[in-house]
Amino acid sequence: MASPAPEFASLAEIAASVRSGGISARALLSQSLGRIRELEGDLHCFNEVTVEVAEADADAVDRMVRSGQDPGPLAGVPVALKDNLCTEGIPTTCSSRILAGWLPPYDATVVSRLRGAGALLVGKTNLDEFAMGSSTENSAFGPTRNPWDTGRVPGGSSGGSAAAVAAGIVPLAFGSDTGGSIRQPAALCGIVGVKPTYGVVSRYGLIAFASSLDQIGPFATTVADAALGLEVVAGHDPMDSTSLERPAPSLLASLAEGVSGLRVGIVEDFLSDGSECGAAVVAAGEALAIAGAKVDQVTIPELLLGLPAYYVIAPAEASSNLSRYDGVRYGLRVDGPDTETMNARTRGEGFGPEVKRRIMMGTYALSAGYYDAYYGQAQKARTVVIRAFEAAYRNFDVLLTPTTPSVAFPFGSKTEDPIEMYMCDLCSIPSSLAGHPAVSVPFALSPERLPIGVQVLAPALGEAVMMRVAASLEAAAPREARGPVTP
Amino acid sequence: MSEQERFISPDEVRHVARLARLALDDDEVGRMALQLSAILEHVDAVRRLDTADVPPTAHPFPVENVLRSDTETPSLDRETVLSQAPLAENDRFRVPRIMGEAP
Repeated sequence: MASPAPEFASLAEIAASVRSGGISARALLSQSLGRIRELEGDLHCFNEVTVEVAEADADAVDRMVRSGQDPGPLAGVPVALKDNLCTEGIPTTCSSRILAGWLPPYDATVVSRLRGAGALLVGKTNLDEFAMGSSTENSAFGPTRNPWDTGRVPGGSSGGSAAAVAAGIVPLAFGSDTGGSIRQPAALCGIVGVKPTYGVVSRYGLIAFASSLDQIGPFATTVADAALGLEVVAGHDPMDSTSLERPAPSLLASLAEGVSGLRVGIVEDFLSDGSECGAAVVAAGEALAIAGAKVDQVTIPELLLGLPAYYVIAPAEASSNLSRYDGVRYGLRVDGPDTETMNARTRGEGFGPEVKRRIMMGTYALSAGYYDAYYGQAQKARTVVIRAFEAAYRNFDVLLTPTTPSVAFPFGSKTEDPIEMYMCDLCSIPSSLAGHPAVSVPFALSPERLPIGVQVLAPALGEAVMMRVAASLEAAAPREARGPVTP
Repeated sequence: MSEQERFISPDEVRHVARLARLALDDDEVGRMALQLSAILEHVDAVRRLDTADVPPTAHPFPVENVLRSDTETPSLDRETVLSQAPLAENDRFRVPRIMGEAP
């Protein structure tokens, strides 16, 4: 049974003490590395712990402080990054055999922005191979364990990042979210996870899964820390042609403004009868009503089309994006008498079962004779979902749903049936299809003392209001419902 | 699931695997036929959706072509890039032959 771990100081407090010379970045790094030594054997959060890189980062921060310069708003903050974010000269594997040992020639934009803000890169975290999965069981390097109960999954695909924050190893981590891969593990690990509006955070250097859906976002134990993490990495980047030409959103300044007068819609369609996650959403609505919001139930049955549409669109985009792993330019090669055979053998040996399934599903949905029936129809279903959201947001400022249909599940319980695993994303997928922001906030504990997340959805670029609602929910939630915990 | 209810047969799986350049053994082909059929059954709601007046969405927001100014900037270092290739020769990626023998 997990026990509560000491809370992190807020990121703002950590950075303030480092900037004022009260504590060194080196000392903060030692704490984080000590926690890794203590817990990594049980949890397996990391594919690579980057001790030397983090020490160099910390020394650079400490030198700046000594010479009177400002290292930035994340001065001395240890950060973990999902291992699908490119780090120059540091192995980046996507938890796939096909990329084992690959050293990227450049840093992702989020990596350079975090360094530029004074953060220390302590490691690359485990994920479902190429971010395809909801449990981190699809990693070629073994699963990550949930710090709340090491017999259960941490969620996925960003399971390593979520578990590292939930176990008190790092106060801030980043993941990517295509259909729920930040929000779902955040919910299962009792922490905050944000998927920003599509285009708010640059995807440059994020290894592509489904390019019209992928977004990078933060994990933290509090809403304020997640907001600061997002502010640092957000904002236009000329290296990503889908990056929105807007400055980073200002989130922290308005967090404490409360929810008085806001119109909150509880989406009935995701409250399956008697589910503990549904009950938490109803309780969240009551808490917001007490805080002054106008809370109503709303039915948006079109959102249920999200899951089947997603499981055509995301594999279709993946099958195209993953065609680059062909044994020619990087990663694994399995030889053959001609290039086509070499390509097929490399991919057959390099990819795991779920990645193969998605490539096959996507190739099928895009192939002659099936394109209109599947891919074309799914794109139209995507429009139906977007229109349904537009109609709902005429009456509501934000919507509430469970983040996940259930709490963290035991290892192996969904691996035999792909559809069972896909159902984990039921509530998180619709906002991904629409490109809208969403956040999971820890709000309750189940009878077996596992965390339950509530999801707040907002229209495009509605991050500020969404995070205000998240902060109100956090204030109303029991402290015991969120990490960090010691397994 | 009986043969008739299958959405995709083992032969179709082999065809798609060829398109995807994915070597699958016979076990994988059999398993894939069952699993893809189950997934296709699940997404059938999308195929059956009445979309007479609904335009497709390929991207969450309108996307425009983005051009940068035509100024020279350094690209990735050739040696660094080639150092990651499974096989490189004479500043190029080396691959097995791509065409059959000449007649």
